[in-house]
Amino acid sequence: MKEYQTITEISGPLVFAEVDEPVGYDEIVEIETPQGDTLRGQVLESSEGIVSIQVFEGTGGIDRNASVRFLGETMKMPVTEDLLGRVLDGSGNPIDGGPEIVPDKRQDIVGKAINPFSREYPEEFIQTGVSAIDGMNTLVRGQKLPIFSGSGLPHNELALQIARQATVPEEEEGEDGDGSEFAVIFGAMGITAEEANEFMDDFERTGALERSVVFMNLADDPAVERQVTPRLALTTAEYLAFEKDYHVLVILTDMTNYCEALREIGAAREEVPGRRGYPGYMYTDLAQLYERAGRIEGKEGSVTQIPILTMPGDDDTHPIPDLTGYITEGQIMMDRDLNSQGIEPPVNVLPSLSRLMDDGIGEGLTREDHGDVSDQMYAAYAEGEDLRDLVNIVGREALSERDNKFLDFADRFEEEFVQQGYDTNRSIDDTLELGWDLLSDLPKTELNRIDEELIEEHYREDETAEAVQAD
Amino acid sequence: MSQAEDIESVDEDGVIESVSGPVVTAADLDARMNDVVYVGDEGLMGEVIEIEGNLTTIQVYEETSGVGPGEPVQNTGEPLSVDLGPGMLDSIYDGVQRPLDVLEEKMGTAFLDRGVDAPGIDLEKKWDFEPEVTEGDTVEPGDVVGVVEETITIDHKVMVPPDYEGGEVTNVESGEYTVEETIVELDNGEEIQMHQEWPVREARPAGEKETPTEPLVTGQRIQDGLFPLAKGGTAAIPGPFGSGKTVTQQQLAKWSDADIVVYIGCGERGNEMTEVIEDFPELPDPQTGNPLMARTCLIANTSNMPVAARESCIYTGITIAEYYRDMGYDVALMADSTSRWAEAMREISSRLEEMPGEEGYPAYLAAALSEFYERAGKFQLINGGEGSISVVGAVSPPGGDFSEPVTQNTLRIVKTFWALDADLAERRHFPAINWNESYSLYKDQLDPWWESNVESDWPEVRQWAVDVLDEEDELQEIVQLVGKDALPEDQQLTLEVARYLREAWLQQNALHDVDTYCEPDKTYRMLQAIKTFSDEAFEALEAGVPVEEIQDVDAAPRLNRMGTAEEWNEFIDEIENDLQEQLRALY
Ligand SMILES: Nc1ncnc2c1ncn2[C@@H]1O[C@H](COP(=O)(O)OP(=O)(O)O)[C@@H](O)[C@H]1O
Ligand SMILES: [Mg+2]
Repeated sequence: MKEYQTITEISGPLVFAEVDEPVGYDEIVEIETPQGDTLRGQVLESSEGIVSIQVFEGTGGIDRNASVRFLGETMKMPVTEDLLGRVLDGSGNPIDGGPEIVPDKRQDIVGKAINPFSREYPEEFIQTGVSAIDGMNTLVRGQKLPIFSGSGLPHNELALQIARQATVPEEEEGEDGDGSEFAVIFGAMGITAEEANEFMDDFERTGALERSVVFMNLADDPAVERQVTPRLALTTAEYLAFEKDYHVLVILTDMTNYCEALREIGAAREEVPGRRGYPGYMYTDLAQLYERAGRIEGKEGSVTQIPILTMPGDDDTHPIPDLTGYITEGQIMMDRDLNSQGIEPPVNVLPSLSRLMDDGIGEGLTREDHGDVSDQMYAAYAEGEDLRDLVNIVGREALSERDNKFLDFADRFEEEFVQQGYDTNRSIDDTLELGWDLLSDLPKTELNRIDEELIEEHYREDETAEAVQAD
Repeated sequence: MSQAEDIESVDEDGVIESVSGPVVTAADLDARMNDVVYVGDEGLMGEVIEIEGNLTTIQVYEETSGVGPGEPVQNTGEPLSVDLGPGMLDSIYDGVQRPLDVLEEKMGTAFLDRGVDAPGIDLEKKWDFEPEVTEGDTVEPGDVVGVVEETITIDHKVMVPPDYEGGEVTNVESGEYTVEETIVELDNGEEIQMHQEWPVREARPAGEKETPTEPLVTGQRIQDGLFPLAKGGTAAIPGPFGSGKTVTQQQLAKWSDADIVVYIGCGERGNEMTEVIEDFPELPDPQTGNPLMARTCLIANTSNMPVAARESCIYTGITIAEYYRDMGYDVALMADSTSRWAEAMREISSRLEEMPGEEGYPAYLAAALSEFYERAGKFQLINGGEGSISVVGAVSPPGGDFSEPVTQNTLRIVKTFWALDADLAERRHFPAINWNESYSLYKDQLDPWWESNVESDWPEVRQWAVDVLDEEDELQEIVQLVGKDALPEDQQLTLEVARYLREAWLQQNALHDVDTYCEPDKTYRMLQAIKTFSDEAFEALEAGVPVEEIQDVDAAPRLNRMGTAEEWNEFIDEIENDLQEQLRALY
């Protein structure tokens, strides 16, 4: 391995060095500073005679006298089942004082694309115990379903609640025979130590840590390292899922910090920036992370992703949520108004979506009436929401009896259905029964999204009667 | 992709100078623009996209991690081409026409490796060839010399390649042949095989374009009813994420009355392709009852697959479509999403440090888009027949803002515009096609078809619906200020009629077994039933019946069940009778 002392330029997170032998694109580089620190980086562009290197730990401390070594391989993650229970830094080094990790194998962190022909369509219902998700935006195994949040909103509480409560109902009933176990991979990018503690405390309190692998890049860790952290996390997830049969839930937070780092590198490379300064290839780059979720035919395990991102200015047209939404299989949208009303979790179901819901619900999976109930609640809630604007202008009295019922529905929907608190675990039956309870306040003839037979079976006649009398 | 058979004819290898993502430069390579080259020690497939002095720039269709300067580059001397012949239907390809099932087998893993090539059609498989010419016949380019049964639905017509001279048939025999064996010999020495190659960036020759007069029946009420697409027409579906672009495209792929469907997943989700692969072999083609897959060719470059192959997948798809058009078929091509294709152009262009145009897209964006859509149309074929390609492109505008370059440049070209609307999608009004913004410039030229195939008063009934929806739009503005009850009774009734138009007719649930497909007769009857309600209701109103009583008749809400009704003819008859009876009983 040749060592060079040929650095010609240092600019932001980038270092340029002259070389006299060919260096591969994406190859790993070690830079030793005169102080004796070793920093790691990656070849961003390789030309005859000169390479540009992106340094993960940041370029602080590097000068022209630093020496550069090319390792002749692209970045690898040492993987083994023994990683479960371990806490690593954002570059994959253990920081929990535990024993050295003896890898089973070293896997390329730039995952190869899953052949679409080899995928299996995800359709196994995961019960999160959260009505706004299970009832309205169902999560399935192998899905990538992000939480779109804003700064200061309780996205971490929701993510933790999901991690704690997630089960696949049939398996509880002893179908555990396939031997697949559940694992959580937590990849933190640029979050505060306080937030990180929130997660760690919960993992420890619930004993989840034993079946988790934690990667920590905190707010004061180098920003460029955030390029690597999610890839290490996903490489580990793929190994556990597709070679060791685990059902892996990957929580990545905060993708906004990841994208900021991407922008920083683009700017340092003097690239032509895309929308709002983010690189034009950000869609492709994000896809290379998010598409590493799924199921593969003939494999027991699965990778389910819950990335979290905070929308700058709560704006869902900002490139980070926008490009994410174009790639992921839906989104769970947190809402600042609901949060100030005290709704826990403050999920606004209208802009939320689970694209894999339809195949994961219904008879034999959840319940026959699930799809219709959810459709009807969407339509009714949307109608009630619309009417709220009007009420502000003309007052409730000016509205028809029908309109008033929809207004009441929207209120109850938020206060009883979405609202549940972070410690309540509702079964899908509870969730759907609650749905019928609310829907039965509307006249039967308004339930045009629900099959007539299902209405006969579930609609609660007497309650309407009571409601009418009470009016 | 076309296997370059004779690489030995190739000149000196070039040497890699630099690597930056999918863009590689090589020195000393003797190559022409758009030649296919093999890059590096692993022989990754690439295409020449720029030549400057001794330096050749190549876009590489596979991942370039680890590839470095000094490695060799080999030229095949041939442009990027597709293999054409029987076996393309019921297949799934990547962006350079490598069959994904073959790749899985060759690579031995579910993950896409690199440096593996495979021909686009099976070279070993034997097909039963049935000649349609005999010795002594004269054939010209494009002429059909025989057929093989490609799938249970489609007869594959074997044609004289368009770049042949043609002549007198000297030898032809029925029998079992591979695609590379000669099946017809001509007196000028030309030999015809089932296998043809064609460079993807060049349109296959055809005669004049004709004005399309037949609709591509989609089985979707709002599309067939209000914004129809012609066979041979072009359409765009722009919309923000989650508004229904993919579902709409898949609905067209499933239910439209095309002979052949080419479905391109361009830079979108892996699972969406998987869904098609799993569903289509099970679903019946509404015309033949055979599995849908038997008329379908899939092309997948998912968002995590190499970006250069995203640029090429559109061309691969349209060339395959043209080949089936040349057989005289009506082909429908769906591209989901053309924005990803444009972004791939942008990414490559920016690595080439070309002068960026609007929002960083290359200056040739508009030209590339119109060249693509120009390949659609209803054509006179060079063999005298007729064939068509309808092209439907999804557009994914950043932030859902239609003013961006890809949407705007597309709208300048296409004649049908299905505008998806996030607000409708949020309230789960699907398909979330906004009826105020969308349009079809084919409407008038397709009316005669509707008049003779469905009902002669179709244009009037449709116009009635459009007028009611327009009026609702205006009334809604007032309602926002004063509430519905403050409106005069006739306007309240208009709103009620409009509500049925929206909820019972425009809405259509793609996930419901029955509602997912609505034949033109049913589309018409459903609309007629709502009109019956409207006519009867207004008469009742005129006779002095209060609007609340009119709204409350039992039969009215059953209009909402028409879409999901299996025996719809009887069901609609009954509603119409009940409506008449109940409304007339009020006065
Ligand atoms: N016609 C339809 N009928 C029922 N549901 C639909 C329809 N169109 C869209 N949807 C719903 O909307 C979701 C998003 O649609 P999709 O086509 O994937 O959006 P896009 O491609 O624009 O992001 C789907 O998962 C489905 O639940
Ligand atoms: Mg889509």
